[in-house]
Amino acid sequence: MIDVENLTRKFGDITAVDKLTFHIGEGEVFGFLGPNGAGKTTTMRMLSCLISKTSGKARIAGYDVSDETDSLKIRKIIGLLPENNGLYDDLTAYKNLDFYGKLYECSKTQRKENIEYFLKLLGLWDKRDVLAGTFSKGMKQKLAIARSLIHEPEILFLDEPTANLDPESSKTVRDFIIDLKKEKKTIFLNTHNLDEAQRICDKIGIFNTKLMVIGSPEELEDSILEKKTAIQLKEVNDKILKALGNLSLRNLTIDNNKLIIDVVNPENENPIIVDAIVSAGGKVQYMTQINSTLEDVYLKFVRGKK
Amino acid sequence: MKLWKSWVIATKDFSTFREKKNTIYPLIVLPLLFSIGLPILIGRIGNVIEGIGNLIKVIGLPILITGSSSNDITVLLNSFSFFYIMFAFILPSTLASYSILGEKIEKSLEPLLATPITDTELLLGKIITSFLPCVAIIYFSAVIFMVLSDAVTYNTIGYLFFPNWNMAIILLLAVPLVSILSIQLNVIISSRVSDVRTTTQLGLLLFLPFIGLYIFLETSIISLNIINLLGIFVILFVVVAVIFSISKAIIQRDKIITKRG
Ligand SMILES: Nc1ncnc2c1ncn2[C@@H]1O[C@H](COP(=O)(O)OP(=O)(O)O)[C@@H](O)[C@H]1O
Ligand SMILES: [Mg+2]
Repeated sequence: MIDVENLTRKFGDITAVDKLTFHIGEGEVFGFLGPNGAGKTTTMRMLSCLISKTSGKARIAGYDVSDETDSLKIRKIIGLLPENNGLYDDLTAYKNLDFYGKLYECSKTQRKENIEYFLKLLGLWDKRDVLAGTFSKGMKQKLAIARSLIHEPEILFLDEPTANLDPESSKTVRDFIIDLKKEKKTIFLNTHNLDEAQRICDKIGIFNTKLMVIGSPEELEDSILEKKTAIQLKEVNDKILKALGNLSLRNLTIDNNKLIIDVVNPENENPIIVDAIVSAGGKVQYMTQINSTLEDVYLKFVRGKK
Repeated sequence: MKLWKSWVIATKDFSTFREKKNTIYPLIVLPLLFSIGLPILIGRIGNVIEGIGNLIKVIGLPILITGSSSNDITVLLNSFSFFYIMFAFILPSTLASYSILGEKIEKSLEPLLATPITDTELLLGKIITSFLPCVAIIYFSAVIFMVLSDAVTYNTIGYLFFPNWNMAIILLLAVPLVSILSIQLNVIISSRVSDVRTTTQLGLLLFLPFIGLYIFLETSIISLNIINLLGIFVILFVVVAVIFSISKAIIQRDKIITKRG
């Protein structure tokens, strides 16, 4: 559905997007995860035919984003929720949607039905004749989402849909996106929110100017070889620390008598560590294996860049 | 090209104008003041002919007031007619720059440009947006001007001065063309700069050629006859058509979206 190869965009000397390559299949929900300034918005704008690329290739549903006739076809089948909602404050909620419905060449009945459907779904139907300018941030975002769906696009581009929203509205928006997933829409979601990416997406790309890693949330978590063992002791003393010191552990932190140790191969290393602690007179209360989280993966790649 | 899409954009803009009455009202006031005020001035010409002469000297219009007063009156009426070309240049500029800057301020250009709309459709939409209200106001006030002028001058000059060919060409050819040109120029400027003040200043700069033309006309270097008016019309038409044909270069999507601040 979305095929990108070595996609690059420069602003003067700044490279905002560097040789980006990935593939997103039909019906997939892709989380494009990266910190502020990573180049997420720039990428989305190139894919939605708003700005030109410096080099590389990008195809949406087989159409070339840089071809003029293709770009009209692409724009017909995609929906875009930009970073700023871009609603017309002086138009009512209904008129905002109707205007876009017309530009997307929807029939009169299709507009009528879809506007009613989405406004009801998002709890804005009662406010349909109210000027959008009077809406709260959360309501505006919902209205902008409805706008991006008015023509029933196959592919949806969402640029940080929950940024700057209160928790309540964030949840509504997030649940709504999860519902869209059931309709088998292909969704490209920009976010800097790990939790959001993990909860919503089938596939995640960690991106900071360059694509660091891409895969399902589980694949990413497993991609970090380092695992951690946590051992809660009754008490940590010098004797135990000395014994552990002899094991030349890779990374040891102690918090509240809880040891957290990086291990590569827990099956082999854990017994040795426990033996050492017990021999030194330590009392193990419990121990657990800490699997790496998406956060670890994210931080590793995003920090690793510097 | 789907013309109806331009119309969709224009009607959307009309709805937002309705909510922004203070952008529209000043537009109506200026031509109306002129159209009512000038005939009143002319009506009193017998008594205040000297006063007008002074007034004209003060505002720098090099009209030579000589001969009989009915001659003076026709000269005046003719040069006042030319004001409607200037209105056609001034009036749309606020609306045209607002119609682009407004979209920029609301950050609505991004979702708008993401729809399947071509640059020509968008530009034409924005032209209609500013063109229709301005030309309507100009025609409306020109009718008032002509009726009032006829009413106050009939006794002195002995015939109805308006309607006449000069005014017909001005209203039917020059006014629409000059409006479109003004809109195009303002769209070009406002899609490149982001604050209203710069736009207005640049817009005024563009007005200079018209002042120049006016002075030429008044000093009789060029006279305001039908042939010359038609010549000006042809030049304008070519300029407008050329600008329209390069609408892709005017609506530079990449620049509009990525321009910061
Ligand atoms: N219009 C622009 N002009 C110059 N630099 C830009 C422009 N847009 C983005 N950039 C730069 O490109 C980089 C990526 O920006 P952006 O795509 O907005 O990141 P993100 O959406 O991930 O926060 C940043 O360093 C930003 O400063
Ligand atoms: Mg961004």
